[in-house]
Amino acid sequence: MSTPTYHRFESIIVGSGGAGLMAALHSSKEVGTAVVSKLYPTRSHTGAAAGGIAAALSNIEDDSWENHAYDTIKGGDFVVDQTPVEILCREAVECIYDLEHMGLPFDRTPDGRISQRRFGGHTRPVPGNPSKREPVMRACHAADRTGHMILQTLYQQCIKQGVQFFDEYHMLDLIMVDGECRGIVAIEIATGRLHVFHAKSVLLATGGFGRMFKVTSNAYALTGDGPAIAYRHGIPLEDMEFYQFHPTGIYRLGILLTEGCRGDGGIMFNGKGERFMETYAPNMKELASRDVCSRSIYQEVQAGRGVNGKDFVYLDIRPETINRFKSSPLHKDGKDVDEHFIESRLSESLELSRTYLGIDPLKEPMPIQPTAHYAMGGTPTDFETRVLRNAAGEVVPGLYAAGESACVSVHGANRLGTNSLVDLVVFGRRAGKAMAQYAKSQDFREIPTDADAPTRKQIDTALAKPRTEPWIRIREELQTVMMDDCGVYRNTEGLARARKKVAELKSRYESTGIQDKGTVFNTGLLEYLELGCLIDLAAATVASAESRKESRGAHSREDFPDRDDVNHFNHTFAMRDGDTGVRIENRPVDVVYIEKDGQKVPKYPLEVRKY
Amino acid sequence: MSDLADPNTGQIRWRDLTLRIKRYDPEKDREPHWQEFKIQAHPMDRVLDVLMKVKWEQDDSIALRKSCAHGICGSDAMRINGQNNLACKLLVQNVKGKTITVEPILGLPVIKDLIVDMKPFFDHYKAVMPFLVNDDPAPTTERLQTPEQRARFDDTTKCILCACCTTACPPFWGNREYVGPAAIVNAHRFIFDSRDQGAGERLDILNDSEGIWRCRTVFNCTSACPRGIQVTQAISEVKRALITGVVDIPEEAEVLS
Repeated sequence: MSTPTYHRFESIIVGSGGAGLMAALHSSKEVGTAVVSKLYPTRSHTGAAAGGIAAALSNIEDDSWENHAYDTIKGGDFVVDQTPVEILCREAVECIYDLEHMGLPFDRTPDGRISQRRFGGHTRPVPGNPSKREPVMRACHAADRTGHMILQTLYQQCIKQGVQFFDEYHMLDLIMVDGECRGIVAIEIATGRLHVFHAKSVLLATGGFGRMFKVTSNAYALTGDGPAIAYRHGIPLEDMEFYQFHPTGIYRLGILLTEGCRGDGGIMFNGKGERFMETYAPNMKELASRDVCSRSIYQEVQAGRGVNGKDFVYLDIRPETINRFKSSPLHKDGKDVDEHFIESRLSESLELSRTYLGIDPLKEPMPIQPTAHYAMGGTPTDFETRVLRNAAGEVVPGLYAAGESACVSVHGANRLGTNSLVDLVVFGRRAGKAMAQYAKSQDFREIPTDADAPTRKQIDTALAKPRTEPWIRIREELQTVMMDDCGVYRNTEGLARARKKVAELKSRYESTGIQDKGTVFNTGLLEYLELGCLIDLAAATVASAESRKESRGAHSREDFPDRDDVNHFNHTFAMRDGDTGVRIENRPVDVVYIEKDGQKVPKYPLEVRKY
Repeated sequence: MSDLADPNTGQIRWRDLTLRIKRYDPEKDREPHWQEFKIQAHPMDRVLDVLMKVKWEQDDSIALRKSCAHGICGSDAMRINGQNNLACKLLVQNVKGKTITVEPILGLPVIKDLIVDMKPFFDHYKAVMPFLVNDDPAPTTERLQTPEQRARFDDTTKCILCACCTTACPPFWGNREYVGPAAIVNAHRFIFDSRDQGAGERLDILNDSEGIWRCRTVFNCTSACPRGIQVTQAISEVKRALITGVVDIPEEAEVLS
C-alpha cells in the first residue's frame, strides 16, 4: 500500500454528529465541502441525546434568553466565557426554528407550537418575587428522542443538499505546515488505503472521549480523536479537568436515563427510602445541576446509604410516586400524571430499563449510578470556532472545532442538560459559515508530497510490533484508574497515582501490538489507535486536575473543597511537553460588563452557587 | 463486589457459552466458514458484550460494527440464532440454549466477518426523498402542527436505519433492487407529515416496479425491528394511499387556523 489517494476540497469536516452535519449544511452552500467520518453519519452519538434542546421560546412559560444565559453561567460555576454564552442563548432560538423548518418533529402543545419541558438548572425568576428562582419549561423535545431526531433531520437535509460524504473514513492525522492546517490524512476502513484530503479549512467535530472512564454513557466511538491528534501537533487542550458525570446512568452499564425523567417529576431515593436531594439542594431538589446530583449520590453511597449498602440509588418515575410528591409540572395545573403520560414522554427510558435491567419503571424504581457523560473541555476555540494555539488566544489558521470536541467555552465547569445540543447547532452553524468564509478568502497552500508519511509509519509500527499483552488490558486499567482517581471526587494522592499509572500505560501501550495484520476492516488496528488517543487525553486530564487546587463545578477536590476565585477564576490550557509531559497555562475568563450608575460592572457577578 | 454481580444478592451467575461466528476474510478465505469460541458470560450481558470479549481476549481480527451499545445508533445489526437483531439489544439471558450463533445480515454483500456493504441499503433510503419538502416561505417562528398530526407519523420517526427489517425481507433477499421496508418506513415518515408537500412524488417513486408492490406482507420486517416500529402497517398505509389516492392525515384543528 504505497501511494495515498489524493482529494482536494475547500472545506473538510471531520465527524458527522450534530456539529459536523450542521457545519456541512452551511459550508457546502458556499464552497466545496466533504464530511469525513469513521461512522456512518446516522451512527453518531448525537442520536443518543434524549431529553431536549433548550431555547427560550416562551411557548409554555414566559422566559428570556437572558434567563438561559444566567443559568448557563451559574451552571458552569462561572468559569464560562460570557460572550459565547450570550451568542449560544440568543441564537438557540433561531436555530430551533431552523430545525423545525428542516422538518424536525418536535412534540407539540395543544395550540400547535413546539412543546417544552423542565430540565435541571434551567430556571427563571419567580413572577412577582424576582429574587427567587423556579424551574422553567425551556427544553424543546421530541419525546425522549430529541438527539435522534436532530441527527436524522440534519442528515436528511444533507442528502437533500447533496453534501459529499466519506463514510467510514477514520482521520489519523492533521496536515500542519508552518503553523497552519492544510488538510487531514484518513484511512479508508473498508480497504486500509490512506487518503490525503487537501483543504483550506478543516473542522474537528469528532465528539467526546467518555471511553476514558470505566462507567460511561458514551459510545465506543467516543475516543477524542480530534482533540488528541491536535494535541500531538502542539495545540492545547482547555479545561480538561471539567468532566461531567451524569447522575442517572443505568447501574453497571452506564447507559443514560434522561434527565427528562426528573424534569417530569422523577424522584431519587437512597437505600433508606429518603428523598436525599432535599438535603443537598432544598430548592431545586432533583432538578439541581448534574454535578450537584452526582456528588449527592456519591455521598449517600459513601455514608452507607446506597440501596442494600451497594453503590447505587433509585430513580423512581412511578406515577404514584410523582403524584405523592406533586413533583410534575402537571401538578401546577392541579392534574396528576398517569402511566400513559409517562409512557408518551419517556418511552425510550422505559424501554432501556425494560431491556437492560428487566425492570418496568412504571412498577418499580430503577437502580442508577453516576456515569461519565460529557467533556466540558476540549480543543479551545474563539466564538467563531477558530482553534486557539495558546492561552494568549492566537488562532491556528485553517483549523476549526465545534461540538463536544471543542471548548468555546460555554459550559465552564459543568454543562447544563440540553445545552450540548444547543452548542452543536449554534456553533456547528457558526463553524460552517466561518470556515467557508475563510476558504473563499484563501488559495490552496502547498502540502508535502509525503503528507501521509507519519501516518504510514504509525500504522506500520503498530502492525510490526509483537503482541506482548492484549491491549484491551491497558484500556481497562486506564478506565479503572481514571474512574477511581480522576472521577467525581479527586485528591492529591489519587491524582499522583493516576499520573504515574497513565505514564506506565503509555509505555506498555507503545511496546505492544495487535493480532490482526490485514487491511480490510482492521477494527483491531483502529481500536488500538483510538486507545492511543485516550491515553494522551487522560494524561492531559490528570495534569489539569492536579493544577486546579479548588473545587468548582464537576471538579471536586477533597483536599480543596472550596471554590477559589482569587487563584482559579480562569481556564486551564494543557500543552504537550515532550512525548509524555504536560505544561499548564491559564487564560482569563471572558467577562461581559454593563454600565450601572455610571460604572462598569460585571453583567453576571460571581455568586455562591446553590440550588 | 464484582461489576457483574447480581445487584440484590451479590452473587455472580456466570454462564458457559459457545459463540459460533461466521467468519470471512477476503484477504485469506475463498468461502465463509464457522468458528467457535468458548466463553463465560453473565446473563445480563448483551450479545455485543460477548462478541467484544471474544474479540479483545481471544482474536482481535473479528470484524463487526458497533458504537452506542444501547440500541440507538443501529451499527450492530446481525443475524443472531437465525433472527435479525441488534447485538446490543439482546441479552444473554434471553438467548435459548448454550450456543450463540452470529452471522451477517442477509441480502447485502459481505465484506468481512459480520460486516456487510451498506451502500445498496442507503441508496434505497436516499431514493425515496427522505427529507421534508415544503417550498412555502418559512414563517419567522415554527410551522404549526397539532399533537394529533404529529402523532400520525410518530412511529416511523423511530427508525435508526439499522437494516434489520430490509435484510429480514424475503422479497429483498430475492431481489436487491427492491427498495425494501426501511426505505418505505422513511417515505411514510414524510408522506404523513402535515408539513410536507412531497407525498405525490414519493408515492410515484414507490409505485415503480422495484417499489412497494414487491412487498408480500410477510411481517418479517415488523418482528425484526429493534425499535418496535409497526413496519408492515406503515407499508400498508402507503399502499392504501397509492390505491385510494388519499393521504390520510388528521385535519388542522380550528385553534391553528
